[in-house]
Amino acid sequence: MILGQKMITIEFLGPIVKEDMHIDASTLADVAKILQSDDEVSGWLSKCAVALNDNIVSDLSIELKDGDRISLLPPVCGG
Amino acid sequence: MMELYQGALPVKEIFDRWLDEHQESNYGAFIPFVGIIRDEDGIEALSFDIYEPILQSWFDKWQERAKERGAIIKMAHAVGDVPVHTTSYMSAVFSPKRRVALEMIDEFVEDFKANAPIWKYDVIDGKRIYAQDRSTPMDGSGLLGESL
Repeated sequence: MILGQKMITIEFLGPIVKEDMHIDASTLADVAKILQSDDEVSGWLSKCAVALNDNIVSDLSIELKDGDRISLLPPVCGG
Repeated sequence: MMELYQGALPVKEIFDRWLDEHQESNYGAFIPFVGIIRDEDGIEALSFDIYEPILQSWFDKWQERAKERGAIIKMAHAVGDVPVHTTSYMSAVFSPKRRVALEMIDEFVEDFKANAPIWKYDVIDGKRIYAQDRSTPMDGSGLLGESL
């Protein structure tokens, strides 16, 4: 592994049909940049909540650590 | 405690157990909500995906809020296909007096609809179709779509 590289896993929940992605990113803003240029998921981004290691987050400047897992949660409807 | 079941909920069994568990707890009010799948728009069933880790932490926060008011919340939800006229969701609040339980069941079920990580699909001709138009973006949605 390249020194300083942080391997981040991104998983897509519910109806978003996409395999997990493994990317190198330092902040959530890096993740946003990568996903915004991905045609398969870019349309979902404005409607998805975001969890970092199962905690909902709300700040793009959050620093990521090697091994972090990010989940995208599309619109919900329980019951 | 939160309970998840594969397929339709055994409503009466759950109902009986919840009542039995708190028979001696001295709660004066028990307000349940039961969600039943209606036969409409040609569906055979509804189907559900759940993301359990975040559902559990969402539920735990509500249980804390209930505890602060002397109440307790119960919840059961189905995973997978749930045929029409059967039950996918049950919740209930026990509280010392009625007012807390009446208010809390309303707040709890509304927040459940808006923020519990559960995805609903119509099942028509054996196919699962995401119920996009009935779904709500969770609080804080859109973070990764913000312009950089």
